[in-house]
Amino acid sequence: MDQFAVKVFVRLRPSVLDPAGEATKSASIKLGAEGIKSLRIGKMIEVKIEGNGENEVREKIDLLCDRLFANTVIEDYEYSLEKL
Amino acid sequence: MDKFIVGVVVFPGSNCDRDVSWALEGCLDIRTKYLWHESSDLSDVDAIVLPGGFSYGDYLRCGAIARFSPLINALDEFVKSGKRVLGICNGFQILTESGFLPGALSANKNLNFICDDVELDIVSSKGGWFNNGSEKQTIKLPIAHGEGRYHCDSDTLKKLVDNELIALRYKNNPNGSSFDIAGITNEKGNVLGLMPHPERACDETIGGTDGLFTLKSLLLK
Repeated sequence: MDQFAVKVFVRLRPSVLDPAGEATKSASIKLGAEGIKSLRIGKMIEVKIEGNGENEVREKIDLLCDRLFANTVIEDYEYSLEKL
Repeated sequence: MDKFIVGVVVFPGSNCDRDVSWALEGCLDIRTKYLWHESSDLSDVDAIVLPGGFSYGDYLRCGAIARFSPLINALDEFVKSGKRVLGICNGFQILTESGFLPGALSANKNLNFICDDVELDIVSSKGGWFNNGSEKQTIKLPIAHGEGRYHCDSDTLKKLVDNELIALRYKNNPNGSSFDIAGITNEKGNVLGLMPHPERACDETIGGTDGLFTLKSLLLK
């Protein structure tokens, strides 16, 4: 069995308003940061997972992302995978 | 009707289960039974309410974890049999997360947790959940949510409109919901999800009785 470290990024789809991102953008500007054109907030989920090779692990992660980590009505996801 | 029993689902973090039970038992004389989320035996209830609250602490997304409870797994067959399911607030979020209703609920546009009475237009009485036959096409119900902004893609919205699945629309959209949507039904009409709380509008002494009709309609077959 191989072990993998997976980082999953879940983001609101570009067409979905991100009020938390807008509020943080506003605070960033109040802090004095210049040049911020856009600020959107997502989630990062770290998973350590075992499996027989990368393909099997990708299948498991795809299922997790599609069915649990992200609500694909409003969110997109992507992930990176590193063999430990 | 004294044998009719409404199951009120209790998740860890539900906090409107007692209110729903009080409204049904105390105001409408309808028998209720609490259903713990780990139960998958729905054989002795005739309708189900998924109450408001913060199931599983709203971890990950509102309703996302509740979707995997044994009770929600058993709900598919219950819905297919034509029995009625009412999802209020967090219950609505659970119904969208688990695919019984289309779309999703996300953070209010102004980021506030909104606790207020709202005026609602009855758009469709599909499933008989609302009294659309009388002169009164507008009702007033309380809302209390931080994540009630209904969102769906344009194809889904068209389907909702074309099939008369939009039950309620806000008169003054408080949270940024697409098309002012406050509540929708499934195509069959036996599942209703809404952000407003009908159980909190069942007695004049607490501000109104516009929620009674919807709760009473749980008895419809």
